[in-house]
Formats: sequence, C-alpha cells, structure tokens
Amino acid sequence: MTAELKKLTCIVCPMGCELQVDEKKKIVTGHTCKRGEIYGIEEVTHPTRVITTTVKLAKSIYPMLPVKTNGAIPKDLNFKCMAILNQVEWRAPVKLGDIIVKDLLGTGIDVVATRTMGLKK
Amino acid sequence: MTYDLVVVGGGPAGLAAAYEAFNNGIESILIIERDMELGGILNQCIHNGFGLHTFKEELTGPEYAERFIDKITDTSIEVKLDTMVLDIKEKTIYAMNPIDGYMEIESKAIILAMGCRERTRGAIYVPGDRPAGVFTAGAAQRYINIEGYMVGKEVVILGSGDIGLIMARRMTLEGAKVKAVIELMPYSNGLNRNIVQCLEDYDIPLYLSHTVTQIIGKTRLEKIVVSQVDDNKKPIKGTEKTFTCDTLLLSVGLIPENELSKQAGLQIDTRTNGLVVNETMQTSNEGIFACGNVLHVHDLVDFVTQEAQTAGKYAASYIKDEYKKGTSVKVKNGKGITYTVPQNMNTISKESIRVFMRVSTPSYHQKIVVNCGGKEIASFKKKTLLPAEMQSIVLTKEHLAAIEGDITIYLEEGK
Ligand SMILES: Cc1cc2nc3c(=O)[nH]c(=O)nc-3n(C[C@H](O)[C@H](O)[C@H](O)COP(=O)(O)OP(=O)(O)OC[C@H]3O[C@@H](n4cnc5c(N)ncnc54)[C@H](O)[C@@H]3O)c2cc1C
Ligand code: SF4
Repeated sequence: MTAELKKLTCIVCPMGCELQVDEKKKIVTGHTCKRGEIYGIEEVTHPTRVITTTVKLAKSIYPMLPVKTNGAIPKDLNFKCMAILNQVEWRAPVKLGDIIVKDLLGTGIDVVATRTMGLKK
Repeated sequence: MTYDLVVVGGGPAGLAAAYEAFNNGIESILIIERDMELGGILNQCIHNGFGLHTFKEELTGPEYAERFIDKITDTSIEVKLDTMVLDIKEKTIYAMNPIDGYMEIESKAIILAMGCRERTRGAIYVPGDRPAGVFTAGAAQRYINIEGYMVGKEVVILGSGDIGLIMARRMTLEGAKVKAVIELMPYSNGLNRNIVQCLEDYDIPLYLSHTVTQIIGKTRLEKIVVSQVDDNKKPIKGTEKTFTCDTLLLSVGLIPENELSKQAGLQIDTRTNGLVVNETMQTSNEGIFACGNVLHVHDLVDFVTQEAQTAGKYAASYIKDEYKKGTSVKVKNGKGITYTVPQNMNTISKESIRVFMRVSTPSYHQKIVVNCGGKEIASFKKKTLLPAEMQSIVLTKEHLAAIEGDITIYLEEGK
C-alpha cells in the first residue's frame, strides 16, 4: 500500500511547482529546486509566512510606511503580528531596512521598513 | 530643451531602460514621471515576490523599485517628477508641470514606458445601482497601502487575477471580512501560489464560473447578487446567491496605457492592446522604443526589467547610429497561443531573442513549436501552460539562422 501523499503548491517562488509530500517519511517530490523541498517539509510540520503590511508614518509625504517581517513567522501568529503593528507610529525620515519592531513576539524575527521615506519638505 | 534620450514613465520599465542606455554610453537622458515619485505601480505593491530572477532574492515592490532608483541616482540621468507627457509628435515631446509649465522637448530617441491601467466598471457590464463602495482593486490597493485609508469592512472581490487575490489577503489582514472571490472563468487567472497564500490561508472561498449579476445599495453598497454562468458565460437562472457587503473590488484586467502612443501614430496590436515592436523593442516608428506593461501586461516584474534592458540597449545603439536594420519577418500566433511579443523580428539579429506569449486555455504536456514555411525550426516541451502565466522561449542564433520568412508559433501535443 502506498502512503497518503499530501498535495501542496510551492509558494516560495512564482513557478508554483506542485509538490507531493509524504507526511510520515518526510519525503518531497515534484519540486524543481531545494527551496521547494524545504518548503514542503515545513508546510506539513510548522507552516510559516512572511507578513507584509504598513505602519503609520508621521512627517512624510505619505502617511503609511510599508514593512515586512525579515523572515517567515509561524502562520498562526499572522493576526497577532498585525495587532502589534497597528499600534506602531513611526516618524520620517526612515531608511529601507530600518528595524521597526525587534524580535517580534519572541520569534527572533524583526519587522523592517521596505522603503526609504524622507521628511516632507 | 534637447536630450539624446527621453523616457516616458518612471516605473520599473522606465528606470531599467534608462539605466541600461546610460550603461551603453548615453549620458543625456531625461525620465519624465507624472507621479510625485519614481517606482510606478510597485510603490503600492507592498507584498513580496518581486525580483527572484533579477536579484535572486524575494523583494517587495517598493524594495525592487528602490534598487533601481538608487542605481540611477549615481548617474547623469535627469528626472522630472509631477510632470505629465501630453503629446508626442515625431521626436518632440510635449509635457507640463507646475514649475516649468508647458515644455517642448526634442530627443534623438524616445522610450515609452507608461505601464497599464485597470479596466473599470464601465469596461464590464454589471447592472444595478451605482452606490459608493465599488472600487477597482488597484485603486483600493493605493488607498490602503499608500494613503492609509481603509476602503470597507465586508468585501466581495470580482476577478481572481493576482491583484484581486493579493487584495483579498491584504483586506483580511487589515481586519475586513472578505466573503468571496468571484471568477467568471472556470479557472483562476492568478498564480497558484497566490491562491494558496491569499485565499486558502484565510479560508476565503473562490467561486469559479460565477459572476456578479446585480449591485444593490442606495448611497453605500449593501448587497450583491452572484450567479453561476454556463459555458457561454451567460448567468444561469436559479443559481443566484446574495452577499451582504459594503465593498466590491473589481479586478477585471489591465489595459496597456496607449493614448500617447495612438496620438503619436504608433501601430497598436489588437490582441495585446499594446504597441507592436520588433526584437529590439522598437515600435513602428524608428527611434521610438517601448517596454513593460505598455507592450503587454506582465505578471512578473523581472520580465519587465529584461524587456526594458533590451529597449535601453537598442535605443542607445540607435542614438549612436549603430542600429542595424534587416529584413523584417512577422511572428504569428497559431493554435493555442493568443499573442506574441515581439510581433516582428529582424532576421539579421546576432543575438538570441526571447519571445513572450500567452496560451488561450490551461494546457498540459504540450510543445511550443516554432514553424517557418512548413519547417519546424524549434520546439520547447512544457508540462503546464496556464493563461495566467506568461510563457517565454529563447530562439538561439542557430534557430534564427533557419528563419527565411514569417514564423508561426503554436502548441502541439507533446508526450
Ligand atoms: C493596480 C496594479 C497592481 C499590480 N500589482 C502587481 C503585483 O502585485 N505583482 C506584480 O508582479 N505585478 C503587478 N502589477 C503589474 C506591474 O504593473 C508590473 O509588474 C510592472 O510594475 C510594470 O512596470 P511598468 O514600468 O511597465 O509600469 P508602471 O509601474 O505602471 O509604471 C508606469 C509609469 O508611467 C507613468 N506614466 C504613465 N503615463 C504617463 C504620462 N503620460 N506622463 C508621465 N508619466 C506617465 C506612471 O505614472 C507610472 O509611474 C500591477 C499592476 C497594476 C496596474
Ligand atoms: S520548488 Fe523551487 S522552483 Fe518550484 S516553486 Fe518552489 S521555489 Fe520555485
């Protein structure tokens, strides 16, 4: 008897390869590259996602600053992450890569600015 | 005012084209952008997934844009922001901004990179009231991500292209309830990864072969009626479902922005609604080049950048008087292929040529065949071909040497 295979779509890159994961033996097939293999295993053990959103920004030409988690965080923390970022109010000037929240929810992952925004002239 | 090269549009296409021309020895370059900043539509695309091919890392839209903005800051390339190009006649550009007023700019070559715009409610037919709360998905994206204005609480999205999917997740993360994504076609027009991480992650239902048949609401949207459609895309009676919602996002397609191109008398392709170009990205007028979404709607910005680099390079060779003309052959689309870019090719091309295309329906285990005068000159095996995913093939020098006349590109069963 063949083991139950879980079908997944790899979301690491836009190729979107169709993966089959043997959940028991932790074997992935259907991937084109190594990253897809890692994704397949992680998705059935502890799924994670990168969060991209905005925080409030004062003193710049636009009132919002785009940010992202600089690594993937456990998927079930998505809304907790949003709740924290909704409280943040940053001020221009800000540089791409500036840390906005350090060690988000004890994950070791930081939330960083994804663009540079100068002071409003 | 005179320049060697004027680039119209400061999105990823315009930026990469200008930078490539600069690297090919052109110093007098002007980029004209109507917005307050460079970067184009990427500034509002705050999600990640950009640049995997170009930079080998996954960037957000603003990060991808900033890489190119940084590159051109260290060059002699000039930029005029908040400046609208109004008209182009021959090689004269007519533009306007609040500081310089009306300008006439002469240029040896021009690169068009105006991007695309969204189809609005007018472009599709949805009967019913006209209440507030109906937005195009791109407009909502700009309101939320740049202007910090949340457009609604209970949302239905019409269209499952990438922008619709991305907005479903974005609105959900911002606390809205996205009740459904409605798609007319029997398949989604978005990338598979976006269906997984934008819909499945948040349990948002996707209704394929459905459409919005009525919009109800006095001042603000209150309800919409959705129906299943038959094979001819006609709503089926008795399948109506009602959703209460205050917001409807329309993600029903993008159209290349070609008002200027038409005014300039350039040839437009009715299949793409974009400009007709050859393999150097030159349009039907010598010295006018084009790249990016103004040619055809791209789903990956990396391909926009590649196309732009080709346009920049050949615009530079045109300015330096090194541009070589050969005999032009047509690239035609055959079975299963809806269009190709470029539409024309010079047979003297010394370099390999990348040809972009889209397929008309989802197809599996096929070959993309290139045929010239009844002879197969190249074929490329493809496991999965989806209309949502632009395809590309590369014709090498050897392939090109076999071309003697017009070529046709079509699909054939592969095993
Ligand atoms: C609403 C929307 C959302 C999108 N979301 C995604 C996404 O999530 N992921 C993805 O990969 N792709 C997305 N795309 C596709 C994206 O547009 C391309 O990947 C890429 O940004 C195209 O680059 P471009 O330079 O050709 O066009 P654009 O980025 O649109 O740049 C064109 C520029 O030209 C300027 N311009 C136009 N006309 C004039 C004029 N007359 N005078 C002066 N300036 C002018 C515009 O202001 C704009 O800045 C989206 C497109 C739209 C319309
Ligand atoms: S397996 Fe590799 S190539 Fe395929 S989608 Fe995943 S990351 Fe991309």
